[in-house]
Formats: sequence, C-alpha cells, structure tokens
Amino acid sequence: MKLETKAVTKRYGTHAALDGASFATGDEARVIALLGPSGGGKSTLLRVLGSLLVPDEGSISIDARTLPHDEDGALIERRANGFVFQGYNLFPHLTALQNITLPLREVHGMSEAQATQRALELLHRLGLEGHEHKRPSQLSGGQQQRAAIARALAPKPRLLLLDEPTSALDPVMTGEVLDVIRELAEAGQSIILATHEISFARKVADWVVFLAAGKVQESSSASDFFTKPQTELAQQYLEGLSKYR
Amino acid sequence: MTASPDSTVSPTRRALYALALLALASAVFYALFSSVAYRWNWDGVWLYRQQFGYGWLTTMGLSLIAMIVSVALGFLLMLGKRSPWEPVRMFCSGVVELVRGSPLLVQLLIGHYIIANALRIDQPVFTGIILLGCFEGAYLAEIFRGAVESISASQLEAARAVGFNKVQTYRFVIIPQALRRALPGTTGQLVSLIKDSSLLSVIGIEELVQKVKIMNAATYKPLEGFLPLALAYLIVTLPLSYLARRLERRFAYET
Repeated sequence: MKLETKAVTKRYGTHAALDGASFATGDEARVIALLGPSGGGKSTLLRVLGSLLVPDEGSISIDARTLPHDEDGALIERRANGFVFQGYNLFPHLTALQNITLPLREVHGMSEAQATQRALELLHRLGLEGHEHKRPSQLSGGQQQRAAIARALAPKPRLLLLDEPTSALDPVMTGEVLDVIRELAEAGQSIILATHEISFARKVADWVVFLAAGKVQESSSASDFFTKPQTELAQQYLEGLSKYR
Repeated sequence: MTASPDSTVSPTRRALYALALLALASAVFYALFSSVAYRWNWDGVWLYRQQFGYGWLTTMGLSLIAMIVSVALGFLLMLGKRSPWEPVRMFCSGVVELVRGSPLLVQLLIGHYIIANALRIDQPVFTGIILLGCFEGAYLAEIFRGAVESISASQLEAARAVGFNKVQTYRFVIIPQALRRALPGTTGQLVSLIKDSSLLSVIGIEELVQKVKIMNAATYKPLEGFLPLALAYLIVTLPLSYLARRLERRFAYET
C-alpha cells in the first residue's frame, strides 16, 4: 500500500493540528507507524488517513486513489476501515459481543447469526472467551482494548487504524494488546499505528512517519528511521524515549 | 452508577423506620384535624362516588394522551434545538422559553378562549390535551437535551468510526444512553403532568377537580371532597415514581 498526502491542513478554531503535512510512503508499506511528540498531529493525521476527519485543505491518496472530501463520501470510505482509540470507546450500554455484532448488522448488512459467529470467532481469537456477555465496565482495560480491536477487525477492514492503543494501559495489559497487534501485523493486516512505544514500532513497522508541530518532519522506511534519523528533532525524540528502556 | 445511599440499611430496618414515620405523621395530622372545629360529613362524598370515578378516569385518560403528546413534542423540540439550521434552533428555543416562562393557567385561557376559538375548535378536551402536552413538552425538551448533550464526544467518534450515519448514531448510541440519564427527570415531569391536569377545570373539562368542585357545591361541604382527591392522585403518582426507580435500576450500567 502506498500512502501519500499533499499539504494537508486541519484546523480546530485557530489552532492548526495539521499544518501542511506532506509525505509519501514506499509502494509496499504495510505497517506504518506515526511517531512524534504529543500534540504534534499524530492523532489528527491518523483520523484524516482513515476518513474519520475530512481535512480543511490538501489531498490524500491511498494507492493512487484520492480520498473524498465530502461527508457522505468519507462515511463510505471509513466503513471500509477499522479504528481503535486510546480510551477504547466501546459502547457502555452493550456487551462485548453486542459491541461487535451491532455495526456488523446495521452497517455491513450481516444477519444476526453471521454477525454473532464472526464476533465470537474474533473474541475467542483475542483471548476473550468467557467475557462475551460482559459490559465494558466489567472488563479490565486490556480486555476492553482487545474487545475494541475485535470490533474494529470484525468487518475485515482494508486498513486498521490504531490511535495510541496502549497509552491508557499498565505494562502487563500493554503487553497483551501489543501481542495482538503484532500477530495481526504478521498475518498481513494493513495497519496505521500512532504510538509512543518505539521499541514496539521498531519491531512491527515497515514505514515511519515522524510528525512534530503539525508537519511531517520525516518519512522513511523503519530501518532507515531507527538507524539513521535525518532530522535533529527525530534524533532527540528517539534518544529521549530510549533513555530509560 | 454509584451505590445508592439506602443500600447500606437492611430492609427490616427500613420497614421499621417507615412504620415509625407513618405513625408520627398520622399523629400530627390527627392533632391538626381535631383542633379545627369542623363537622366532617362524608355522606355527600359517598353519594357522588360514581361522578368522582368518572372524573378520575377522565383525568387519567387525558393525562395519558397528554403524556404521549408531551414526550413526542419534547423529542421534536430537542432535535430542533440541535438542528444545523439557525432559524429552526431559534424557533424551538423561543417556544421552549415562552412556554416555560408563562403560567399554565394563562396558556390554557388564551389557548382555549382565543386560539381554539379563532380556529373554530369546539372541543375543550382536545384543546386541553394539546395545551397540557405543549406545556410539559417544553420542559421535557430541556431534560432530553441535557441528557443527549451529556453523551461524550468520544462516544460520538466511536459511532462514526464503526460507520454509523447520523440516524444510526442517534438510534443505537445516543438515545439508548441518553434514555437512562433522562429517566429521573422525565418521570418527575410526568408526575407533574398528572397534577397539572387539575388546571384543565378552568376551561370547563369535567376532570377530577371539576367533579369535586361540583360535588362540594352541591352538598354544601367545602372540604370533604379534597381528601379523596389527594388520594386519587397519589394512587397513580406514587406507583409511577416507584416504576421509574425500578426502570432506572434495570438500565443501570457503569460508564
């Protein structure tokens, strides 16, 4: 998959979360890590790439196909993607199972039986056997995040977008969730991942986009980025993050 | 949901407290009533029991229809206040503020003697139901709006992320969660509606209060009718509140 953005800008009021972000990945990028300091625009870029947000200016293309700028087009586009957020964002009034089956039935037109079968298959694969009928509040953070990943994967998304999926988790739960993401990456799922877990990014990512202050500072293959970062900002960032781990 | 404070007290204890409070209240009321030199005579009330029953049925029937009107109208006004079009928002806000800001009595008189008259509607019961529904609907609109706006932005984003369109987001994410938050306020408002229906007597509807007034006038007894009147409202409003608490518990889940 080749991702390309040209001068993408997204403003919230007067603050530009993305300020003319441009980059292009290699033709065969499959697991793309968005790295950079907090407030640098990672989350916004992730949402724009997944059509969850429409940019104010600029264009985005995936494999030479330009993403639509209108809300209806963006809806169709993002129905083909799966999202996982930092705060899990499961629906609290539904069980883990219902969180997965509801979008399958209502958005993707599956029958109740098909949807349930698909949801159970994923919940079991992600180690949530026995938790199918629990509400999110009855699950641990790591279990909630795995249920959220199951919800995102259920419609077999073209692209799985994860926005700092482990930032709210303790180290043990972080490990559980990263294991799941690594398995998905190894199984061939296309992934865009915004994260601060650089040693994890080093293991799974094949392309890195480094953002700061709403601009793309660096876009290179993961091996190049981690061995010889080009910009001083990226060097400082990597040094700062690897100091204690 | 946080544990309710009464969960720490055992049921037996609560029953004992209830008995004690009931005994105390009875004693106070007995003392108050017996200190007034009034000769109670319940014959008139008994004589008019059938009329009283008709009045009660009328009150409950028109309250029920007005409830449906008020919930539907409250929902529409809430949607209107969240509309993307400014004139619609302004109109709905204006209606809510005007209706909530003026007394129901005035609305009933103007609605019946001027508006219904001008529109040649000669059905006080119909007019009364609509006016009562509008009045309570304006309050419900604000209760509903508060509940809908309390749904967090991350829930709305999750709804977009799974591919829900606007209608699906309301149906599957906003309304089920807002329902639970709106429930206590809504029940309170519906209990108010039943009591407020007593004002419909001013436009000549023979509901419960009007029947009691007729009965009091006919029997020359100014007070006797009002005690059963209070009971007649309580036997509906208390179970309604109880039912609402049960529902709240059934919808309870942690967020």
